[in-house]
Amino acid sequence: MVQGITGKEGTFHTLRNVDYGTEVVAGVTPGKAGQDVEGIPVFETVADAVRETGANTTMIFVPPRFAPDAILEGADAGIRLVVCITEGIPVKDMAYVRGYLAGTRTMLVGPNCPGVISPGEANVGIIPGEVCAPGPVGLVSRSGTLVYQIVHEMTSRGIGQSTCIGMGGDPVHGIGFVESLRLFQRDAGTGLIVMVGEIGGDDEERAAACIEEEITKPVVGYIAGFEAPAGKRMGHAGAIVTGSTGTAAAKAEALEAVGVKVGRNPTQVAELVEEILSQRLAGQPADEGDPAL
Amino acid sequence: MDLYEHMGKELFRSRGIPTPEGSVAFTSDEAAIATRALGGRSVVKVQVQVGGRGKGGGVELCDSPEAAGTAAERMLGSDFEGHAVTRVLVEERLPIAEEYYTSFLLDRSTGRYLALVTAEGGVDIETLAVERPDAIRRVHIDPVLGLRAWHVRELVGTLPVEAREGAGDILRRLWELVQEGDASLVEVNPLVLLDDGRVVALDAKVTIDDNALTRQPRVAELKDQFPIDPVEKRARDAGLQYVKLEGRVGIIGNGAGLVMSTLDVVAQAGARAANFLDVGGGASADTMATSLEVILSDPAVRAVFINIFGGITRCDLVARGILEALDRVEADVPIVVRLDGTNAEEGRRILSQAAHPRIVTASTMLDAAEEVAALANGEAA
Repeated sequence: MVQGITGKEGTFHTLRNVDYGTEVVAGVTPGKAGQDVEGIPVFETVADAVRETGANTTMIFVPPRFAPDAILEGADAGIRLVVCITEGIPVKDMAYVRGYLAGTRTMLVGPNCPGVISPGEANVGIIPGEVCAPGPVGLVSRSGTLVYQIVHEMTSRGIGQSTCIGMGGDPVHGIGFVESLRLFQRDAGTGLIVMVGEIGGDDEERAAACIEEEITKPVVGYIAGFEAPAGKRMGHAGAIVTGSTGTAAAKAEALEAVGVKVGRNPTQVAELVEEILSQRLAGQPADEGDPAL
Repeated sequence: MDLYEHMGKELFRSRGIPTPEGSVAFTSDEAAIATRALGGRSVVKVQVQVGGRGKGGGVELCDSPEAAGTAAERMLGSDFEGHAVTRVLVEERLPIAEEYYTSFLLDRSTGRYLALVTAEGGVDIETLAVERPDAIRRVHIDPVLGLRAWHVRELVGTLPVEAREGAGDILRRLWELVQEGDASLVEVNPLVLLDDGRVVALDAKVTIDDNALTRQPRVAELKDQFPIDPVEKRARDAGLQYVKLEGRVGIIGNGAGLVMSTLDVVAQAGARAANFLDVGGGASADTMATSLEVILSDPAVRAVFINIFGGITRCDLVARGILEALDRVEADVPIVVRLDGTNAEEGRRILSQAAHPRIVTASTMLDAAEEVAALANGEAA
């Protein structure tokens, strides 16, 4: 379903997803129940939509003032996957949402994200489906347009993707690198994982720790922002908490230390992926049986 | 939005948090007059959006109005760590018995707020965090619970008994600022115990969440008080994310990650970026035109790289925008354009048909980076 389906952005991307083959069965816009968008029925509440159509996933195109409630409403109605595209949600509101979600079985992607696509199966969000192709690479990224660039580089080399997760750029968000890595590790359709990070925070460092402990599939990384100027630091608190300098170099180092190959530009990432996959096909020793390869 | 110390202290005072008496001075005369009003002695502090003022000569104890005037003279108009100093804060000097540290901040890794307190405030807090982490009390605040009485007891537990009540009261008020004021960071270093037993916030570093400014209008109004480069202002007014850098390749891209990546590949190709500019999603012809005007107004730019991967952004609109900009503004530098994604073929067709003498099209991001670096360095293409 799509919350905010009747808005300009909501309608545009809903129809794009439908064209791609995604099963969009409902929309929710308070006050417009009974209308339809190209045949997709609009409901007053998420609960109504679930009851009438059995929708299990929601895409949110609601303005920042209402988006936190939209996420909470989805979780409250038992939706299993919430993909929130909305940008500009105050961080305090997201901290509350995340706290609430921890007590539910709802998975959140975003906010401020391009969404999730499983090429050839479904597209929930704004990632251009034409750029993707089905295949063995799972990708997770903080940046939206870098998803497109890196996927494009892979697809052009005949390397397809199992699922691409745009986790978004907000400081408080749903699933991140660690959760995505675990999902890809468990996914039979994924044989190799690409993670795309950038300066700021310590998501990549924590991902490195997870990779060392839990991930046996090969991981290729990319970090944007080697040339970005060091951020001005307001106080000491951030550094005390993260223990990470937040620089691209530190992140690349942390990942390389646990065996991740880190490309220095999107093309190099695709080349590394290609190299690893062809090594596998040539029968070089694999870490685990990877049926996807 | 990172606030100046005096703005942070105004927010503190509005919530009943004790701060030293003081006033803002924009001239050395004002600093002298303010000092006289404080009894003839003061501390004069630069107001900038960065820390490290104590170590960097940005804080001066003054024993007379004249000394305060001289200190202000030195500080005003100077550059502190890359920030222009347009004002100083002149405050009373207080009899300090002890210095503590406290902060509230958003811990990105847990998605929750974190409160920190240590009895060892002052300047070497980061070293302390590494060498003796147990000296810092930390409490993660569950948004459903908020800051509760037992959290406060835990946090002030390492402070001397006589400071706990005053500090605890301040902690509760700082939490209110975080919650009601949308502060994503509040740091008080030092939080001091005075000889007379009062606990006072001697410093204030406050960051207000930019996404919350629409519901914090009094803070949003402060935006124009921070000095801003005119080119940056023009870009900001047009809704563009722009940061001036030191090199000679002007950069325009869509999406912060892609733009950062562009800076990196240009550096790998042997040139440095003159700026960061993110046009965001769905860039219209008008946005492209404005972006190009902003970049071309920078005299340091010797070549431009427009790097677009269109998702929502349509490459045909980007192409039209580039041509429109070149109608509005004279370009005497080459412009390398890489278009991919939605309507990319259409976009490339529009550009090749126009055959503008300044425009060079490249088919891949790396090729474009090599091209633009060579052009910026004055080498043959």
